[in-house]
Order: sequence, then C-alpha cells, then structure tokens
Amino acid sequence: MSNWRARGPVRWAAYALVAVALALLPFALAQVGTTWVRITNYAILYVLLALGLNIVVGFAGLLDLGYIAFYAVGAYTYALLASPHFGLHLPFWIILPIGAGIAALFGALLGAPTLKLRGDYLAIVTLGFGEIVRIFLNNLSRPVNITSGPQGIARIDAFSVDGFSFARPQTIAGLEFSGPVKYYYLLLAVMLAVILINLRLQNSRIGRAWEAIREDEVAARAMGIHTRNLKLLAFAMGASFGGVAGGMFAAIQAFISPESFVLVESIMVVSMVVLGGMGNIWGVILGAVLLSFTPEILRWTVEPVQNALFGRQLIEPEVIRMLLFGLALVLIMLFRPAGLLPSAVRKRELTEHTA
Amino acid sequence: MNGTPRGAVFVFGLGLPAVDTFLQQVINGLTAGSVYAVVALGYTMVYGIIQLINFAHGEVVMIGAMVAFTVINALAPSGLPPLAVVLIGAGCAVPVCMLIGYAMERLAYRPLRHAPRLAPLITAIGVSIILQHLALLIWSRNVLAFPQIIPSRTYMIGGAAITSVQLAILAICFALMAGLAALVYRTRLGTAMRATAQNPQVAGLMGIDIDRVIAATFLIGAALGAVAGVLFGTYYGLAQYTMGSILGLKAFSAAVLGGIGNIPGAMLGGVLLGIVEALGAGYIGDLTNLCSYDMLAARIDDCAGGGNFVLFGSNYQDVFAFIVLILVLVFRPSGLLGERVGERA
Repeated sequence: MSNWRARGPVRWAAYALVAVALALLPFALAQVGTTWVRITNYAILYVLLALGLNIVVGFAGLLDLGYIAFYAVGAYTYALLASPHFGLHLPFWIILPIGAGIAALFGALLGAPTLKLRGDYLAIVTLGFGEIVRIFLNNLSRPVNITSGPQGIARIDAFSVDGFSFARPQTIAGLEFSGPVKYYYLLLAVMLAVILINLRLQNSRIGRAWEAIREDEVAARAMGIHTRNLKLLAFAMGASFGGVAGGMFAAIQAFISPESFVLVESIMVVSMVVLGGMGNIWGVILGAVLLSFTPEILRWTVEPVQNALFGRQLIEPEVIRMLLFGLALVLIMLFRPAGLLPSAVRKRELTEHTA
Repeated sequence: MNGTPRGAVFVFGLGLPAVDTFLQQVINGLTAGSVYAVVALGYTMVYGIIQLINFAHGEVVMIGAMVAFTVINALAPSGLPPLAVVLIGAGCAVPVCMLIGYAMERLAYRPLRHAPRLAPLITAIGVSIILQHLALLIWSRNVLAFPQIIPSRTYMIGGAAITSVQLAILAICFALMAGLAALVYRTRLGTAMRATAQNPQVAGLMGIDIDRVIAATFLIGAALGAVAGVLFGTYYGLAQYTMGSILGLKAFSAAVLGGIGNIPGAMLGGVLLGIVEALGAGYIGDLTNLCSYDMLAARIDDCAGGGNFVLFGSNYQDVFAFIVLILVLVFRPSGLLGERVGERA
C-alpha cells in the first residue's frame, strides 16, 4: 500500500485523474448503451454492501452470512414509506436515515444473542436470521398486508429534491442526463462518503479495537477493550450501511420483492469481501466490482460462444457465474487465503511468520 | 430457496375424520425428525472429529435425493416390485454421495486443516454452491415429483393416522442410528474415531491413521445423508436443487440442539426438532388466531360470523428450527447432551 501511495503532486495528480475518469464514466458507458450505466449503478450498490459487510467480517472478524437481511430491511423501509402501498411519500433524505437506523437496530438485535458464539456458530445463526427475515417478508401479507408477500411492492418513489427527480431525463448545461446517469452521480457521492468513513474508521480507536478483537479476543479484553459493545457496534454499523444501500436499491428499482434478498445474495457479498481481501477497503471494492460485472461479462462472452458452438444455450450464464463463484471461494481459500489485495495487517502477519 | 414443501406434513393428516391433532402432529414430527436426525449425524460426526461445520452436507443429502429420483423414475415403469425400485435408487445414491463426500474432504477441507477456522467454512460454502448448481445443470430448476409407486396403507392409532411409509421411514432411521452407534462404540474404526475426536495428535501417536479416520467419517456421514435424501424425497414426494440448504440448516440446528459432536445428541436433537416443528406448525395458527381470544375478537371485524384473524399461519414452519437454534445457542450452547462448551476456543 505505502509503495504506490507516492507523496505530493504525483499523488494529487493521480487522484485528479481518477476523479475525472469517474465523472466521465457514465457518458462513455452511455455510448455503449444505457444498460451499462444501470449495471454500473448496481455494481456501486454492491460496493456499498461489500464495504458494509467488510466492517463486520473484515474489521471485526465476525462472519455474517445473513447480511442481505439488512439490505432487505433498508429496501422495505424505503418501499413502505415512499410508495402508494401505504400512501406514504416521505422524502428520501428522511427515509434513508430511518432505514439505516432500523437496519442498525436489526443488526444489534441479531448481534446481542449471538456475540458469545464462536465464529462458525455465528455464521450459521446469521444465516438463519437472514432466512427468517425473508420468510417474514414473504408471509407478512396476511392478515394485515404489510409487505405484499411474494408479489412485492411496486411503484416506489424515485429520489427527488424540490422537483428535481432522479428518475426523469433532463438536459443540464447542454448535456443530456438520463435517470441512471443522475443516480450514478448520487451513488458515486454516497460511495465516496462510505469509503471515506471506512478509511477513517479503520485507523480510529474503534477500528484498531476491532482489529484487536479479530486477532485475539481474550487478549483484546485483557487490554481493556469492551469487546461486547464493540462487536455490537460492528454489527450495527455494518447493518446501517446495508440499510442505506437497500433504500437506494428500492428507489432505483422502483420495485422490490423478497426474491431479491435470498441467501445467494448474502453469499455473493461475502464472496466479494473474501475474494478482494477481508479487511482491506480497496481489495473489497475490487472484489465487489469484479464479481458484479462477472455476470454481464459472461452474458457477453458465454452466450455468443455457446450459440456459435452449439447453436443454442446449453448452460445459462447465471449458472456458470454461480459455479465460478463457488470455485473461486474454494480456490482463494486454498491458494490465496488473504484475498487478491490482502490487508496490510494480514500481509505483515504472513511475512512475519515466514521470516 | 425454500426446499421443504410447506404443509406437506399435513398431507397425511388431512381428509381423515376425527383426527387427534396433537398425536397426529407428533407422529408427523417424529417421522420428519428421524430423517433430520440421520442428516444431523453427518454434521455432528464431522464436527466431533475436526470441529468443522460441513456446510455442504445438506447438498450431499440433496444429491442423494436427486440420484434416487432419477433411478426410481427410470425404473418405475419397469414392473419391478416398488420396494426393489426404491432400494436400487438408494443403492445408487449412496455410492455417489460417498464419492462426493470423500472428494470434498480431500480437495476442500484437508488442505485447510490447520488454517484459521473461517477458511474451511468459506470453502464449504463454495463447495455447497458448486454442488447446488451442478445439480441445477443436471436436474433443472424444476421441482421434481417422485412417482408414487409405494402403495401407502394407513393405520389408525389412538385417533391419529400413521402410514406404512412413515412406519418404514421410522424403522429405517432407527436402524441406521443403531447401526451407527454400534459402529462407533463397538468397532475398531469407531474406537479410532472417538480417539481422534478426543485428541488427534495423541491418537496419531497411538498409531491411528488420522487422515483415514477423517475420510471414513466423511464417507459414513455422506452415506447416511444419501439415505436421508432418499427417505425425504419419497416421504414428501418432491425434490429440488435448493432443498439441501434449508434441510441442512434444520439438521444442523438439530445437531446443535442435541449437543454438537455428540452422536446420541444428534439423534435426540433431530427427533425433538421434528416434533417441535410439527407441533409449532400445527398450533401456531390456532394460537395466533386473535378471534379465539374473546377480548380481542369483539374488536376485530373479521371475526364476526366465525371468521378468523390469524397472525402467523403454518407457513412460518421453517422459522421454528432457527428459533430453536438461536435459543439453544444462547441459553445452553453445549446442547442437551453435549459436554463441549460452545464458547470460542
């Protein structure tokens, strides 16, 4: 990390270059097709999710296999408060904090009884928790219709501020801004904020305490770290990030149903964190970007290849993607357990061991 | 995702007049629970020996059911006696599952035996994704319906019905459990397994080939899982590539309930979990029917004229296993029979 982080003007020039690239990206993508802007937006949502989960898994070392439940909580909070379902249409800057808060509450609720558990037990309980949330979403349509069950909730409001709607296309300063492009900038801003929060968090007292808990909980407690509260905090903070991402997902999609919050999604987010490098923010972002673009890349490569070779689709790209995920999880753990971009601490540990 | 056909438990109770609900649910729960117990044995044996939650065990069970489905479906019109068809199905499922169990241990778990605990858990998730999607490729996304070849006869005991299929499942499961107990407590391999579970290093020094013992554990667990898959498929009449995850979770909950690592515990836990689940599903509707409480019924419009206002119906059946799991882990992490403490090591 410290090698490429050159000092002074070089560093700022690099930052500026990245900023310009990120700012121009949607227009470049729009040339290929608006779909690609949408795909990028979903990739950013996955980055948000992966960064949130990274707090729990990467920083505090608690494997959470039900993380998508918090995404669901955020999404449903938004959907219920801003759709014709209950006739409520609150503005997004009120709902997103509420969603984050409720998700954090759920996080603490899940964390409280499970904190005593060892890592692998915790993983299974969180998985069960994720399934419970999904079962409730599927069934809370009777006798009082709260979630609409499997039909989901439709016609969810888009983000809008003072008549400036994120869903409508608009021409600003001679440039055509489509809905997805506007959302892109919003998501980008949120993502940068989340990255900043994560970076600051990692080097804070709290971040270092989490690291200590992850490495050796007994020792951490002996050093005076309040392990229970800090683990709860990790759960709640990770969950709140998921809640915010969920709210944005609901607004962008305008429709949500329990189908979007299945176990596979939780596992996908875990895969992103593990593949990229648990605990390393840049690694996690890389993992999220790689894995969220994989299905699209496969769709563009595997489908034509199969059509050319066999004249039809033998294997759906979705299945190939999942097989690759599974394989990647196994291979990464076997050959590169710290991920593609290992965190500095883990790298140091590994070199110290070999020395 | 929801692998267990909901409400299937009731299939055998419905349509029969004057059924004793309680006894009926106990019988249904006992049947499902004995299958959970056989699956739970696979989790608990592996955990007892290498402290690994074999996350992919549920998928092994699923593959067992799928292989049996293919064989039974192919042989059903052949005119062979139905029992022979099912036996051949199981006979094909067991070796396939054993092979998968062995390969899994060899490729995904053995290299990580001394790695941090989360590493093998993550490979286990990977293996389970791979198995699930391979099954999707081979057997498609659809829910597969087993041909109903076994004539089911119904017997009445004390106001509840029990079918010949249920009796057979109970008999097979208890025979398997007895067989496993005999293997673990009466044979040399069993002694080696127990020694390895207590202390692998010392067991190795005593001349036990630990790698072979662990591989044998996986093989036995997978074989049990295969039979459980066949039983589950023939009992509910359905199989789908996603059935493994929720079945696995339930069996794991059962293993934890009994005390993970403890073989009699897994049997007890499985049976108890099945009964809790069946009773829960059978009564939750009545208990949360607000109209059955006079105080509330007067205030709810739907109750007028004998209507119902049910907060939670039997569609919440799958939740019970998780609630049991969480309660056990919070209040008695060592389970009912376990001596191990579920706290971090």
